[in-house]
Amino acid sequence: MATVNLRNMAINQSGTIVAVKVGGELGRRIREMGLVPGTEITIKQRAPLNDPVALRVMDGTLTLRNNEADYIEVDVSS
Amino acid sequence: MKPVLTIALAGNPNAGKTTLYNHLTGARQHVGNYPGVTVEHKEGYCLRRGQEIRVVDLPGTYSLTAYSAEELVARDFIINERPDMVVNVVDASNLERNLYLSCQFLELGVPLVIALNMIDVAEKRGVTINAEELGDRLGVPVIPIIARSGKGVGKLLDAVLAAATADIRPQPVFLQYGSDIDQALTDMTPDLTACASLTAIYPHRWLGVKLLENDEQIVHKIMETHPEAGKQLTARCETVSHHLQDTLGVYPEAVIADHRYGYIKSILLQGVVTRKFVADRLYTSDKIDKVVTHRILGPLIMAGILYCLYTFTFSYSSLPVEWLSKFFALISKGVDTLLPDGPLKSMIISGVVDGVGGVFGFVPIIMFMFFGIAVLEDSGYLARVAFMMDRIFHFFGLHGSSVMPFIISGGIAGGCAVPGVMATRTLRSPKERLATLLTVPFMNCGAKLPILTLLIGAFFSDHQARYMFLSTLVAWLIALCAAKLLRLTVLKGASTPFVMELPPYRFPTLKGLLIHTWERTWQYMKKAGTVILGISILVWAMMTYPGLPDAQVSRYASLRQEAQRTMAADGAELRKALEKIKADEAREKLHHSIGGQIGVALERVSRYAGIDWRTNIALIGGLAAKEVIVSTLGTAYSLGGIDAKENSSLQERLNRDPHWNPVVALAVLAFIMFYSPCSVTVICIARESGSWKWAAFSILFNTLFAFALAVAIYQIGILLYPR
Repeated sequence: MATVNLRNMAINQSGTIVAVKVGGELGRRIREMGLVPGTEITIKQRAPLNDPVALRVMDGTLTLRNNEADYIEVDVSS
Repeated sequence: MKPVLTIALAGNPNAGKTTLYNHLTGARQHVGNYPGVTVEHKEGYCLRRGQEIRVVDLPGTYSLTAYSAEELVARDFIINERPDMVVNVVDASNLERNLYLSCQFLELGVPLVIALNMIDVAEKRGVTINAEELGDRLGVPVIPIIARSGKGVGKLLDAVLAAATADIRPQPVFLQYGSDIDQALTDMTPDLTACASLTAIYPHRWLGVKLLENDEQIVHKIMETHPEAGKQLTARCETVSHHLQDTLGVYPEAVIADHRYGYIKSILLQGVVTRKFVADRLYTSDKIDKVVTHRILGPLIMAGILYCLYTFTFSYSSLPVEWLSKFFALISKGVDTLLPDGPLKSMIISGVVDGVGGVFGFVPIIMFMFFGIAVLEDSGYLARVAFMMDRIFHFFGLHGSSVMPFIISGGIAGGCAVPGVMATRTLRSPKERLATLLTVPFMNCGAKLPILTLLIGAFFSDHQARYMFLSTLVAWLIALCAAKLLRLTVLKGASTPFVMELPPYRFPTLKGLLIHTWERTWQYMKKAGTVILGISILVWAMMTYPGLPDAQVSRYASLRQEAQRTMAADGAELRKALEKIKADEAREKLHHSIGGQIGVALERVSRYAGIDWRTNIALIGGLAAKEVIVSTLGTAYSLGGIDAKENSSLQERLNRDPHWNPVVALAVLAFIMFYSPCSVTVICIARESGSWKWAAFSILFNTLFAFALAVAIYQIGILLYPR
């Protein structure tokens, strides 16, 4: 299993979330938007200054800052 | 059945809740604020089969935690006000994520009907949803609708009426959260049962789940009402939390969320959703985003769109603004001819008409601005702007969405802080929002431009354009740095996560836009209109009372007679002499007034920044509205009331005045750019921040800051260029 940090994923790369290692408000925000283990995501776009990042989750598009993406680990082996 | 049925609309932002609400209630709606928070409370009425229905539009939320004011408001309304029915608007094209909120309603056991919105969008993406099947599995009615066109809304209301008449309070859905959590919930039961006053309001299991999620409001309530049981319960939650972190490395709330999604997935898997074509679906929105948020094209397009919004707001509104000012001038003239000279007339013209006129002068700008923003917001573009700009604004402790208020307030010189402050409503993060609305008044608004032009023209006429441009850059820099300063001190705290949705692009509906624009404009007129009238009369009184002593009045009268006696009756010379006398009298009257006396008294402090009493009076006038500065300065230099646009005489006068020089001009410029916002802005700050405390703060903070800056410029200036 090749696990990478969401921050290091390339545009158009897809993967499955393995872990979200953060609690508190940020953790809850991330989870309620559907970023939970087992969810498939695809990196869609990066902002002009490389941060934040836009990704496709379920049937919507979300944005995250890089330092928030740090808590999310993604399996990109498939 | 009750005479009036109350239904609450709940759902994710962008799920079409407001569209449905507008469709149901039309123009018959009432907007207010929930007490203590700046979350809008909207309600309206509609009629279905002779039954009157009160519709409450709850703020859009993704979840029912206690983290944001919006979520607390929604949760408290549903729990405390017990609406007869909760209508959960769900975006069919993004079903799984939207059902996360529905799942929490089911856990809470509220009477629920699901409005499956935007089925047309889902169909276009090849997704078919079997609403009946979904309803059976969830145990609540699911009605497919298209809120934009109103299709299915009648059926939805019928389902609401049917479910409400059935009058069975549904049982909370029993969700499994995995063995560790389930065991903990069982163990907690006796202690939870002891909290009788809370279990009367909340379901047992829900309370337990909230405690495990470490929900601030619920923990606080339990500790307050049942401290003994509360201690036991929180201790147990901590044990579970430690256990989960040791064994699985996760928090209990993560486990609970996972199981909610698990429950949703299990429901959706069983023939509820069919996808006709999966492939690599490149939706229209994605195609647009490839260009619109492109690394190079993106910022260029954004600059273009913002510029258009700006031109639209400030150019197209100038015509109605002119009509309004003509209209108020007409009233002034009418009063002038109808009433005899005296304090009443002076008060009505300078206090009431000018004050109310000042407020209504902003109305067209605010309407145009809100219309423009509503277009950008409803179409989904505003979220992209926040996405592109966040990197820069986050550095200064702000949020990507702060861009819009800054631009409107004068990011391109000539804006206005009033709509700017009101535009901060699009920010959903409280700290960043407050920092934004406290710093936008630093920008160069349109009312500051005449005085900036005047001073720059008088002392730096060789580099006029360069100085004007420089002042805009300085305003940006100072505003952003001030925001950073606030976020490091009074508004300290971690930044709100940027976990945000980029909603698909949609064509806004005209009805939605108009309702949006009107309700905000109306709120402004109601609030600002009343307070401003008082302030305007106060400033008028300060500049008028006490009048000149009788000896002075008679001296000017005799001067007039003298002039009339010695000069030819219809000569230009006489007219000039009389005007001169009138202006001198006005200047002396101003000097003698309360405002004038304050100005003189303030000179003791203001001289450190090189500001004399005349300028002080003008600055005091500027507290009401910055436009007043130039005209008051004119009176103080006995030039009579001069027109802000034709200020060449004042310019010359200042240039010749021994007290003025480029250093003084620079200090005064800096002070005017950054001191207390005008009264309309202050009132808007109080309203938008929900407290007069912040309004007072902005007056003091800005004035002190501006003064420190002006003193620094003046002192360094006279050191470098001694007279």
